Amino acid sequence: MLSAPAARAFLLLSWISSISALYFHIGETEKKCFIEEIPDETMVIGKYRTQLWDKQSGSFLPATPGLGMHVEIKDPDTKIILSRQYGSDGRFTFTSHTPGEHQICLHSNSTKMALFAGGKLRVHLDIQVGEHTNNYPEIAAKDKLTELQLRVRQLLDQVEQIQKEQNYQRYREERFRMTSESTNQRVLWWSITQTLILIITGIWQMKHLKSFFEAKKLV
Amino acid sequence: WLAKVLWAQLLCGWVLGSELTFELPDNAKQCFYEDITVGTKCTLEFQVITGGHYDVDCRLEDPDGTTLYKEMKKQYDSFTFTAAKNGTYKFCFSNEFSTFTHKTVYFDFQVGDDPPLFPNENRVTALTQMESACVSIHEALKSVIDYQTHFRLREAQGRSRAEDLNTRVAFWSIGEALILLVVSISQVVLLRSFFSDKKTTMTRVGS
Repeated sequence: MLSAPAARAFLLLSWISSISALYFHIGETEKKCFIEEIPDETMVIGKYRTQLWDKQSGSFLPATPGLGMHVEIKDPDTKIILSRQYGSDGRFTFTSHTPGEHQICLHSNSTKMALFAGGKLRVHLDIQVGEHTNNYPEIAAKDKLTELQLRVRQLLDQVEQIQKEQNYQRYREERFRMTSESTNQRVLWWSITQTLILIITGIWQMKHLKSFFEAKKLV
Repeated sequence: WLAKVLWAQLLCGWVLGSELTFELPDNAKQCFYEDITVGTKCTLEFQVITGGHYDVDCRLEDPDGTTLYKEMKKQYDSFTFTAAKNGTYKFCFSNEFSTFTHKTVYFDFQVGDDPPLFPNENRVTALTQMESACVSIHEALKSVIDYQTHFRLREAQGRSRAEDLNTRVAFWSIGEALILLVVSISQVVLLRSFFSDKKTTMTRVGS
């Protein structure tokens, strides 16, 4: 086993490397949204790191402390569950209470246009959901687990995630079935209604024209 | 020396995979970049969940700009490659061919293998039977979760189409009923107007 300071150094390095993952460019007033469809009681951890294009050195440098990102998270009922300002590097976390599509939106809070002369902000983003949020080396150190116990713990977490996803799947299938049955009902009733409207207007037309022509003494 | 070991482990290519779902507006292009070391096996998988004909253009380029993968108007695809060079790989999704439908695209970019569970995973002895059983169960569960994700995306696609159909049926039915009423009333009014004019001309001619 590693000594405590070495373990801490390792965790720090792994945290830094894990947010150096994927990156994309974002404009100044641009809002980028990501959707996470998750079951309920699922934890989501998002980490981001920003870099700003520096014209002088011709490369991306870590962003100035004044530049931050505003993170807004909406739940499936479009209710805002998190709306906070973070610095140029940030970590946000939330746990879903309703299953469904959660929307994670990021936009920069830059007010000074001069900061962006030339363009774009580089955002490194990493979003981990469910059992990927567990930090196994940390859990092993905290609960003092052997390797086998840690592996079994990982398997238990995975199975729990599968179970939650299947529950969510049942709920989604119910919604799908309701939508399909509603479409079925609507098609049925509207077809009948339209046929009736057609017949009634046809009869009305004939009656009205007949009385009209009789009035005009043409029939 | 421990720091060097740790840094060596970081560079060994066990970067975590990224899985994101984002919205691509019409006429827009969204690019993602990732720094990959040579020799790492990577997989890019994408699927369009909602919008239009559920298709998108995808393009993957290596650090020199050579196109490794390019497909137009694809609904779902998976591409595996081994990084031949060090550097920044870029992949882009384009909805530029669409005029007014925005799309929701899911992609999963796996780089390298999963991180080892234990920090000092440089084992001298082989895994015990229990441990190797755990490893195979872990791999099987990973593929179960993978299948679940695919199923969820297909279901989301189906559900989006069904909800679309439901709204369309509602609007079209109401619209058609209104059109029916308007057309039948205007037919009668038009016919009446023909005969009213004719009658006045007839009386003028007659008298």
